[in-house]
Amino acid sequence: MSEITVTHILFVSTALFFTGMYGLFTRRNMITMLMSVELILNSVNINFVAFNKYLYPGKLDGVFFTIFVITIAAAEAAVAIAIIINLYRSHHSIDVEDASELKY
Amino acid sequence: MSAIQILFWFLSGLALVSAIMVLISKNPVHSVLWLVMVFFAISGHYILMNAQFLAIVNLIVYAGAIMVLFLFVIMLMNLDKTSDPQKNWWMKLAGVISGGCLLMEMATLVRQAAEMKEKTVMMKEGSIGLIGNLGKLLFSDYVVPFEISSVLFLSAMVGAVVIGKKN
Repeated sequence: MSEITVTHILFVSTALFFTGMYGLFTRRNMITMLMSVELILNSVNINFVAFNKYLYPGKLDGVFFTIFVITIAAAEAAVAIAIIINLYRSHHSIDVEDASELKY
Repeated sequence: MSAIQILFWFLSGLALVSAIMVLISKNPVHSVLWLVMVFFAISGHYILMNAQFLAIVNLIVYAGAIMVLFLFVIMLMNLDKTSDPQKNWWMKLAGVISGGCLLMEMATLVRQAAEMKEKTVMMKEGSIGLIGNLGKLLFSDYVVPFEISSVLFLSAMVGAVVIGKKN
């Protein structure tokens, strides 16, 4: 048994989450924003697995939550990239500030 | 300091440094490659937390499929030559301040949680995360979400084709 407590893992996942959130705020490239969303989802996955190990070491519910999160992230990435390609075709840029027809 | 601790600190440092490099590298291709490094580090964490199948799935699906899709799109749009447009400096400052404040708040909350103090995560032992146990549970208790996710994938596939095709 090692001395890694659950607090350490929560620190790591919190730092990853807010790194992703900073990227989502500051980048204008849509693909980089999508990558920040993937970072956020991964930090949540770490939390699920850590709490599963800590609360119910003999069960697998957190692992299944993580697997379904990965599933939904794959579907989300496919649809979002289709939208980005379509937007690039019509606007010739993937800057979020260029796609402002729905803004007003 | 045991080997598990050394591995844990190494993987945590690798994940955080790579996540920061994702955001500060100008070239989108480099961002994607650093993100693959983050996924490798997170898979290492999964193996340490005894979820071996999940680590492999994370590598195959994220690092193998989604990141290759990102790379294809970036190279299709010739984004690797142009640098990424940046928001102005006060937006960055606002991001740093708001994200940093929330991070501090969450970190203090995690530190103060008396319930979790001195609780270890039981690394390295047990075989609960292997594929046999997962498969049994997936086709008994989790069969309805499994089937629903197949419908979700079908709709995502049709949606991606319909949105992405030329009209």
